[in-house]
Amino acid sequence: MESRILLAHGSGGALAQELVAGSFIKAFNNPILAKMDDSAVINLGYNGRLAFTTDSYVVNPIFFRNGDIGKLAVCGTVNDLAMSGARPQYLSLAVIIEEGFPRSNLDRIVDSIRLAAEEAEVEIVTGDTKVVQRGSADKLFINTAGLGIVPENISISGGNARPGDRVILSGTIGDHGIAILSEREGISFSTGLESDCAPLGGLVADMLTASSNIHCLRDPTRGGLATILNEIARQSGVSIIINEEAVPVREEVLAACEMLGFDPLYIANEGKLVAIVAPEDADKTLGAMRENKYGDKAAIIGEVRAEHPGRVAMKTVLGTTRIVNMLAGDPLPRIC
Amino acid sequence: MNFVAGFRDPELAGGLISRIRSMSKTPVRLMEFCGGHTVTVFKYGLRQVLPGTVEMVSGPGCPVCVTANADLDKVIYLAGIPGVIIATFGDLIRVPGSRSSLQKAQAEGADIRIVYSTTDALKIAAGNPARPVVFLGIGFETTAPTIAASIREAEDRKIKNYSVLSLHKLSPPVIRAILASGEVKLHGLICPGHVSTIIGSHPWEFIARDYNIPCVISGFEPVDILQCVDMLVAQVEKDESKVEIAYRRGVRAEGNQVALKLMDQVFEPCPAYWRGMGEIAGSGLKLRKAYERFDAECIFDIKPGPVYEPAGCICGDVLRGVKTPLDCRLFRIQCTPESPVGPCMVSSEGTCSAYYLYGEDNIGE
Repeated sequence: MESRILLAHGSGGALAQELVAGSFIKAFNNPILAKMDDSAVINLGYNGRLAFTTDSYVVNPIFFRNGDIGKLAVCGTVNDLAMSGARPQYLSLAVIIEEGFPRSNLDRIVDSIRLAAEEAEVEIVTGDTKVVQRGSADKLFINTAGLGIVPENISISGGNARPGDRVILSGTIGDHGIAILSEREGISFSTGLESDCAPLGGLVADMLTASSNIHCLRDPTRGGLATILNEIARQSGVSIIINEEAVPVREEVLAACEMLGFDPLYIANEGKLVAIVAPEDADKTLGAMRENKYGDKAAIIGEVRAEHPGRVAMKTVLGTTRIVNMLAGDPLPRIC
Repeated sequence: MNFVAGFRDPELAGGLISRIRSMSKTPVRLMEFCGGHTVTVFKYGLRQVLPGTVEMVSGPGCPVCVTANADLDKVIYLAGIPGVIIATFGDLIRVPGSRSSLQKAQAEGADIRIVYSTTDALKIAAGNPARPVVFLGIGFETTAPTIAASIREAEDRKIKNYSVLSLHKLSPPVIRAILASGEVKLHGLICPGHVSTIIGSHPWEFIARDYNIPCVISGFEPVDILQCVDMLVAQVEKDESKVEIAYRRGVRAEGNQVALKLMDQVFEPCPAYWRGMGEIAGSGLKLRKAYERFDAECIFDIKPGPVYEPAGCICGDVLRGVKTPLDCRLFRIQCTPESPVGPCMVSSEGTCSAYYLYGEDNIGE
C-alpha cells in the first residue's frame, strides 16, 4: 500500500521528526539546517550573524481568546528567531485566502498582525497574496519568514546543554492548546482560559542582558514541553530530569486535561520558553524573567545530567520517577 | 477537598504508603481492571513505592485494546464506503486492523471526524442530512448509556442518517471469564470506577462470593489507587473477601438507575468477541430490534474480508494479565507508539503504551 502523509505527521512529535529527517533533511542537508534549531544562524562574514526562519500557520479556529491567526503568525516566527538569541527585525507575510472569505475578517487579522509586529518591534517588509478556490484552503493560511541579527558572543543552540545546567520554564504550560481546543469543541471554563500567544523577543533580550551563560532556548509549541526537552536531550547528548511539582499548570488546564485524557506536558504553548542555563546564572536569569510580564511565573523546573544521554525523566509529586517520552502523534486538532 | 490536586497530595499518599508497607505480610497479586488505573499506576510510579509483597498486574479494561481485529476491519470497511462519515473517539483512529487503520483510511480520503461526545456526532448528522453518519460505539458500560441516549435523541428529532456500530463490551463477564480460566492467580481486584458509577457495586459481588477475592472500586487519582490497595491488603490480612467502594464521590451501590434503564431500552446483551479471550457469552451489547434502523450492522452490508492477526503480538496475553509488555519481543523494537503493531501500544489506556511512555523498567540509575 502506498505510504501517505497522515495528520499525525503534522503534530510536532516523533512522526513529524521522522518526516523532516526522512524527506527534507535528506534532500537538503547542510551544516546550518542540520543544527535543527528554531532558526538558521548564518555567518555572513562581517560583524554579527543573521538568523533566518519560516513558519506556516493553519490554526483552526482562526479567531480565539487572546489572539488570532495573524497574531500567531507574527509571534511564532518572532519567537523562533528569539530562540536563537537573535533580535527579530524583519518579517515577510504571505497569505493564502479561500475564495469567499469575509473582507472584514481579513481586515481584523491584518490589524492584529500590525499590533503584534509593533509590540515585537519587527517590520513587515515583503509579502504575497494568493486566493484559491473555495475548498482548496480552509479560510486563510499564513506563512511568515523572519530575519534577525544574532549579537556577537552569543551562541545559543539546542546542542549546547551541559550536565549541571538548570532548566527554566517561563510560565504555565498548556494554555494555548487547551484554549484552542475548548473554542473548537465548545468546552467552557468558568475562568475563561486564554491563549498565551505572545512575542518573546523582549523577554529573551532581558535574559541575555542578565546572563551570558544561557546555553539553549526553545519555545514549547506543538508537542509541548515534553517534546522540546526530548529534542534538547538528544541534540546535546545529555539527560534532563524535571520536577513535577515545579512545573506551573493552571487549574483549568489540568481539569480539561483530566477530562479529555491529555497530559499538559504535551500541550502546545505560544508564549512560553524553556531556557537551559549554567547553574551559577540560574537565579539571576530567573530574576530577570520574573521582571518581564511574559515571564512573571517563571520557575526552575529541573536540571541537566550526564548519565543516560537522550533521556528525559520526571520526579512525580509522590517522589517516584517516570520517563517523559516524545509526543507520538495524537488526534489533537490544528493548533498553530 | 480540591478534586484534582487533593487526590495527588504527597502527604496523603505518603501516609497510605507507610500503612500499606507495615500492614502487608502476605504476598498478593492485585489486578487493576481498568486501563485508566494502569495509566495512573505508571504515571505516578506507584509500583516503585509499594512493598515487595504487593504485585500489580494490568487487566483487560481498555475498550480499544479488547476490540478484535474482525471488528476493527468492519470499522475501516465502513469508513471506505463513499459518502459515509465516521464519528469516533480519538483513540481509535490509529489502531491497526488486519490491513489498515482509520488514520490511513483518512489519508486515502475517508471522512473521519473525531468527536468528544455523541452530541457532536448528532450535530454532524443533522448538518449533513444527505450523508450517513456512523458513530463507533466502542466502550464499556460507561459510554453505552450516552450512546443509547443519542439513539433516542435521533429518534425524537427524526435524524434518519445517524447510526451506531455497537462494539460495546460489558465488564463483569470478562472478569468472570478470566477468573474461570484460572490462568492468573489473583488475590484482589481493583474494580473500575467509571463503570461502577453506572452499574454500582452489586455486579462485582460474585467475585468475592464465588472466588473469595476481595474487590474494591477505585477512583483514578494516585491517592484513590493507594487507598484501594490499602483496603485490599487489609481484607487479605483479615482473610475477608467483600466488595467495598473506595470511590465514594463517584459510585453508589445501586449504580445510576437512569443510565441503566436507558441502556436497557436501547441495547440487549449479546455474545462478543474479545481480543485475546475469544467469544464470551453475554459480554456485548447490540441494538434491540425496535432500534435496528439505527444499527449500522443492519443498514450496511459490511464485508471486510479475511482477518489477520499481527505475527508475534502478545496483546491478548497482556490483556488477560498473564504476560507483560516486557515479555513481548516486538515491544520497543517493531512496536512503538509511532508505528504500533497491536492496540495496547496505541490506546492512551493501553498497557503497552503505559510501559512505553512512562518506562518504569527503564528508570534505574
